[in-house]
Amino acid sequence: MEMNQYLEVFIEESKDHLQNCNTQMLELEKNPADLSIVNEIFRSAHTLKGMSATMGYEDLASLTHHMENILDDIRNGKLSVTTAVMDALFSAVDDLEEMIASIASGGDGKKDVSRSLKMLEEILTGEPAAAAQASHSSVQYDEFERTVILQSLEQGYNAFEMTVSLREDCLLKAARVFMVFEVLEKIGEVIKSSPTVDQLEEENFDQQFCVTIASKEDSDFLEKSVMKVSEVDTVKVNEVNLEQEPSPAAEEAAVTLEAVKEVPEETKERETQKNTVSNKTIRVNIDRLDVLMNLFEELVIDRGRLEQISKELNHGELNETVERMSRISGDLQSIILTMRMVPVETVFNRFPRMIRQLARDLNKQINLEISGQDTELDRTVIDEIGDPLVHLLRNAIDHGVESPELRREKGKPEEGTIQLRAYHSGNHVFIEIEDDGAGISKDKVLNKALSRGIVTQEQAKAMTDTQIFELIMASGFSTAETISDISGRGVGLDVVKTTIESLGGSITIHSEEGQGSVFSVQLPLTLSIISVMLVEVEAEKFAIPLSSIIETAIVKNDEILHAHNQRVIDFRGKVVPLVFLNEVFDVEKGNDEEVHSVIIVRKGEKMAGLVVDSFIGQQEVVLKSLGDYLGDVFAISGATILGDGQVALIVDCNALIQ
Amino acid sequence: MTNQENDLKVIVFQLVNKEYAVPVHNVQSIEKVMHITRVPGVPAYVRGVINLRGVVTPIIDLRKRFSLEEAEESEHTRIIIITVNGLEVGLVVDAANDVLDLSTDSIEPQPNVVGSIENDFISGVAKIDRRLLILLQLDKVLENAA
Repeated sequence: MEMNQYLEVFIEESKDHLQNCNTQMLELEKNPADLSIVNEIFRSAHTLKGMSATMGYEDLASLTHHMENILDDIRNGKLSVTTAVMDALFSAVDDLEEMIASIASGGDGKKDVSRSLKMLEEILTGEPAAAAQASHSSVQYDEFERTVILQSLEQGYNAFEMTVSLREDCLLKAARVFMVFEVLEKIGEVIKSSPTVDQLEEENFDQQFCVTIASKEDSDFLEKSVMKVSEVDTVKVNEVNLEQEPSPAAEEAAVTLEAVKEVPEETKERETQKNTVSNKTIRVNIDRLDVLMNLFEELVIDRGRLEQISKELNHGELNETVERMSRISGDLQSIILTMRMVPVETVFNRFPRMIRQLARDLNKQINLEISGQDTELDRTVIDEIGDPLVHLLRNAIDHGVESPELRREKGKPEEGTIQLRAYHSGNHVFIEIEDDGAGISKDKVLNKALSRGIVTQEQAKAMTDTQIFELIMASGFSTAETISDISGRGVGLDVVKTTIESLGGSITIHSEEGQGSVFSVQLPLTLSIISVMLVEVEAEKFAIPLSSIIETAIVKNDEILHAHNQRVIDFRGKVVPLVFLNEVFDVEKGNDEEVHSVIIVRKGEKMAGLVVDSFIGQQEVVLKSLGDYLGDVFAISGATILGDGQVALIVDCNALIQ
Repeated sequence: MTNQENDLKVIVFQLVNKEYAVPVHNVQSIEKVMHITRVPGVPAYVRGVINLRGVVTPIIDLRKRFSLEEAEESEHTRIIIITVNGLEVGLVVDAANDVLDLSTDSIEPQPNVVGSIENDFISGVAKIDRRLLILLQLDKVLENAA
C-alpha cells in the first residue's frame, strides 16, 4: 500500500533504464569491444534489479539477475559479444518491457520468462570451456582483453598480473577481496580477474586469486598498496606477457562478428561529456503539467478580458498594470509551452530496435541514421506521431530498400541506408524519412490508380509528379506485389496521412526512381495554442486556423459562377469552389447580401473559399477539445474560449475541401 | 460518503411539473445559465457547449431529451454539471430545488404505466412525504449522443 507512491516512480525509471539498455545494446552490437557500453548496460540492469527486488517483483529481479551474469561475463572477457548473445539479451529486455508494461497497467508483473532464461543460461553454460580455462592462475586473455591491454600500454599505462593470496585464517574472504579491489580501482583499472568477481564475491576460491590491472604506478607501489589490506598474505606482481595465443573463445568472437573494433578514445570522451551535460532535472507528472496549462489558459482568457476593460476605462495606472501583467503572462506562456516540449528522441528511441528486427525478418541490410533527435515538439504531438512514423519506416524498409542481391546488381552498397531526420523551420518541425532504395515508379502508381478507379485517364495525364506520388496515400492503394505482415495492405499510408493532417501537419513525397524516396512530414510546433482568424456567421463566431488560410477576399454576387451544381469563383485564374459556412453549419440566415466575405483556404494543392458574414480579426487562441461526449463533429476540429468568456468553434478546413 | 450505507444523497431538480433526482456524487456543480455556443451537426437535444471555468463542456437540454414541450429560460433555470463514467456534461433544468437524503428502502422500481419516452431514462421512483421523486439513470441519458 505504501508502495503505491513509489510505484509510479518505479515504472518511470524502469522504462528509462530499459530504454537505455536497448539503445546501449544496439550500440554494443556495432562496437562489440567497447567495454564502456557493457558497463552502461550493466549499470542499468543492476539498478533495475535492485529496484524491482525492493518493490517485490521477483520475476523481474531474477531475469535481470541472469542478464547481469551474462553482462558480467562479457565484461570480464569470458564471453564474447555474438549475435546469439545479443539475441538472448534482446529477448530478455523484451520480456522485461512486457513485465513493466503489465505492472504499469495494474498487473502483477509476472510473466513466463523461461524462454529468455533458457537462452541466457544456454549462453552461460554453452561456453564453459572459456570460463574453465580462465579460472586457472596462468591468466588467458581473449581478443578483447588483449586489445584493452595493448591500448593501455600504448597510452603509457603498465599492465600487471597480480596474484594475491589471503591468509589461511581469513574469515571474510569476500570482504577482503572487496577491499583489495577498492584499493586497485583507486590506482588503476582492473581489466580482468580470475576467478570472476562474482565467484570471488561468493567466496568460490581458495586462498588465491589473480587480477590483471592497468595502472600508471610501478609494481612495488601496487604490491605495497595491496599489502596494506589486512589478512593479505602475499602479493606477486608480474608484467603482463601478451605473447600467448589468443584463447579459442576469442577466435570465435573474431569469426562471429566483424573484426573487433578498437575502443577509440572518443568513446571515453563521449562518456565524460555525457556526465557533464546532465542537468539538474526533476520528474513532474504529466497530469500536473496539463493542469498548469489549463490554469494558464484560464489566465490568458482573463487577461484578454482585463485588457478589454482597461481599454474601456482608460485609466492610466490600470492600463500600466494590465500592460505589465500581459507582458509577464506572455513570458509565462512561453515558459509553460517550452516545458511541455519533449525531444523527438523519446519517439525515435524505439526505432533502432524495430529496424533491426525488421531488417532481419526481411533479410535486408539496413543502416538507420538518426539526426536531430533533440528537436522538440509539444507533448500532444509527440504522443500521436509515433505510429505514423512507424508506418513510414516500415514502408521504407519493405518497399523502399531492395534486397542485398538486387542492390548489388544495381551497383549499390548491399547495406541500404535509411535516414531519419528532424529539424526546426519557422513555426514548424519537419521529420523526414529518406531511403536510398528503389524509389517510386510513377508508371506503376498510375496504372494501379487507374485500375483501382482512383483517377481517370484524363486526370492522369494532367498530374504532376508530386500529385502522382500522393496517390499512394489514397485509401485502397497498395503497390506491393506481395502482401506481407509489414505493409502492403493499402491501409497504412492513408491512415498515416489522416493522422498527420489531424495534427495540423502535412506530408509530402519526393522520389527518384532507382535512387530512393523522401517522405517529409511537416508538423506544427504546438497544438495547444494556435493563431486563428475569427469570423462571424450571423451572430455566431467561428475560428479558422491561420495555417490553412491563403488570403481573404470580397466577392460580389455576380462574380459567383455555377459549375456542376457547385458555386465557384475565379480566383487569380483558378476555379475555386465556394463553401457557404451558414449552410454547412445550419446557421439561420438573415437577408441575402450583395457582397460576400470569402476566406480562401487550402488543403495541399486544393483550395476552397469559405463564405462568411464578416471578419473579426486575427487572434492567438487556446485549442480545446469538444470532449468525448460529442466525439467527432463534422468540420469542427475543436473549440476555444474567447476574451468575453464565450466558446467559439474551430473550423476544420480539411473536412470542407473535397 | 454517508455513515449509513442505506442512504443516498440526491440533488432534486424540476422539469415541467415533476421533480427528478440525481445522486449527488455524480454532480459537479450547479450553474446559472450562461452563453451556450451552438454546435452544428449534433442531436437536437444537445444545446451546444459552454465555457465551464476553462473547460469546454457540452450541454444537454433535458426537456428536449425527454421530448417535453420547450420553455423560455427563467431566472430559475439552471445547468447541473454531472460526471458519468468520466464524461462531463451539463443538463439544463427548470430549477434546482433541494438536496435530500433518500433511504434506499424508499426507492421503488418505476411502475410500467407511465409510458412516456422518459421511461427509458428512469431507474426508479422514491416517495418522501408527499413528494414523488423520479430517479434518473444518467448513463442512459447520455447514451448515443454523437
